[in-house]
Amino acid sequence: MKILVCISHVPDTTSKINFTDGDTKFDTNGVQFVINPNDEFGLTRAMWFKEKQGASVAVANVGGPETEPTLRKALAIGADEAIRINTEAKDGFAVAKELANVIKDRGFDLVIAGRESIDYNGGMVPGMIAALTNANFVNKCIGLEIDASTSSATAIREIDGGKETVSTSLPLVIGGQKGLVEESDLRIPNMRGIMMARQKPLTVVEPVGANAETTSVKFEKPAPKGAVTLVSPDNIGELVNLLHNEAKVI
Amino acid sequence: MSVLVYIESDQGKFKKSALEVASYGKAVADKLGTSVTAVTFNVTDASELGKYGVDKVLNVSNSNGFDAKVYADAIKQAATTEGSKVVVLSSTSDSTYLAPLLAVGLDAGYASNVVALPTSTAPFVVKRTAFTNKAFAFTEISTDIKIVAVSNNSFGLVEASGNATMESFSPNLPSSNVKVESVDKATDKVSIADAEIVVSGGRGLKGPENWGMIEELAEVLGAATACSKPVSDLGWRPHSEHVGQTGKPVASNLYIAIGISGAIQHLAGINASKVKVVINTDPEAPFFKAADYGVVGDAFEVVPALIEKLKEFKAQNA
Ligand SMILES: Cc1cc2nc3c(=O)[nH]c(=O)nc-3n(C[C@H](O)[C@H](O)[C@H](O)COP(=O)(O)OP(=O)(O)OC[C@H]3O[C@@H](n4cnc5c(N)ncnc54)[C@H](O)[C@@H]3O)c2cc1C
Ligand SMILES: Nc1ncnc2c1ncn2[C@@H]1O[C@H](COP(=O)(O)O)[C@@H](O)[C@H]1O
Repeated sequence: MKILVCISHVPDTTSKINFTDGDTKFDTNGVQFVINPNDEFGLTRAMWFKEKQGASVAVANVGGPETEPTLRKALAIGADEAIRINTEAKDGFAVAKELANVIKDRGFDLVIAGRESIDYNGGMVPGMIAALTNANFVNKCIGLEIDASTSSATAIREIDGGKETVSTSLPLVIGGQKGLVEESDLRIPNMRGIMMARQKPLTVVEPVGANAETTSVKFEKPAPKGAVTLVSPDNIGELVNLLHNEAKVI
Repeated sequence: MSVLVYIESDQGKFKKSALEVASYGKAVADKLGTSVTAVTFNVTDASELGKYGVDKVLNVSNSNGFDAKVYADAIKQAATTEGSKVVVLSSTSDSTYLAPLLAVGLDAGYASNVVALPTSTAPFVVKRTAFTNKAFAFTEISTDIKIVAVSNNSFGLVEASGNATMESFSPNLPSSNVKVESVDKATDKVSIADAEIVVSGGRGLKGPENWGMIEELAEVLGAATACSKPVSDLGWRPHSEHVGQTGKPVASNLYIAIGISGAIQHLAGINASKVKVVINTDPEAPFFKAADYGVVGDAFEVVPALIEKLKEFKAQNA
């Protein structure tokens, strides 16, 4: 089984978000970049398929050379090879088209992407890849089992207020998240992994030049918050009163 | 040319998020000087949609239940039939599942997490949350057809006077390749996605045995229950309750955080909530900087008192 894990290179969750150039560009100054958390869950599940079922695992990113340390980290965690599609990630649609092109070229049975990236929050790349490559698709996937001999898959999908179990077949694309594996299963690359990652192939692929269909023309930070209104613990009735009469939410 | 809205229903009842989508679609249609057409599945009475500005309903009968690919294809055919240039849907699990498939089908630019009406329609620019609520992006959609997913509770319900006429619509549906084997859904509980009020507990509650009061508070308020990440990682509560940057997003009208410190990753995920209340023993907890109302106090005293006061309030206002 050939697996591709799509890796989005995103600001670390503790990052303060700022903009430059008249609020038109994300300010990367002092920002640490990491593997998108949803993709890390997916990558860890892929490692399980590699170790238990002999799958091969490639990782891919659409981005400039600055994303290579993130791909190397994925190699250090255990992926076999990395692919960087050498173009700026303009929007979800363009990213999905670039990835779909590589997927068609190389053929993958299972493509694991994240339910959403924590920077763009598009929630669109996995579904678009599925539609573009004519693969089956399960979004918000919180559990996945594959039987490669019959090309069949069982997945658990989160729905509002619960979950559902579905059966489907390969080729399959999933939008993954926590639940695919647990937090405690995530791996921190060790020295050996980091050394081995240096020997693993990181192939740079030229883009097909897909056009972006959406452009973020400007950014804005949320308005600063006014001071909190404190209510004494001895006077909780006042909180009920404020929520009813002032905030009008109950 | 009409604005197309995808209206979700559950056992014949329209979801609140769907009525919000109708309201949003109506407001966009007014800007564009056109009407609103809704796509529904398995609905017998669509008159309620008229009240939210829908002019025409295309109802698809399909006995197989939700399937993202099948539904996306049906909506695509409706958009083509209607010549729609704008398609609006909600941010539910089902809508965000099918939206990217629809975007490919219609070769349409798609913007998710949209929180306001387009700031302009030519060019078509929408305001959406980005960086997990740490910022907003103004996103221009440059394709002929535009798809917009409206964030829950961001626009609200706006009543209009209207009459929705229903037509049956029989698109050519593709076969499904994803078969639902079983569904596990608590029908007696409010889901975080649908909830107007969310009551959330953190590590300050010390252990899973103390969640009784959280559930009781949620019940009095008709709220959903949620928790911080460590609480679900420790197995005190199910993963489905984990909210924050790496958990579920919350965009409720009221969010009550109990024994939660207010780490940046937690706040990012719940910041879209309109009114935030924090109950915490530590006045220095960062949540106080993000909250509208705060109580510096012990949850084990404050929460039972709050439940009691709310019950009195409910009794008086019943
Ligand atoms: C990559 C990454 C992603 C993350 N994503 C998320 C996420 O999505 N969601 C999330 O929640 N966290 C997330 N976190 C974790 C986050 O950084 C915090 O560790 C977490 O939110 C803290 O949870 P807490 O507030 O419940 O616990 P704590 O930080 O331990 O806070 C407990 C609070 O309870 C208070 N308290 C104690 N006793 C009482 C009492 N009797 N009454 C009232 N208050 C009391 C304390 O004063 C304290 O403020 C993430 C972290 C990382 C590194
Ligand atoms: N530039 C990118 N390169 C590779 N994969 C990406 C990229 N952007 C997004 N993805 C994948 O698509 C998922 C969803 O991203 P998004 O649609 O932007 O929310 C991410 O979790 C990644 O798996």
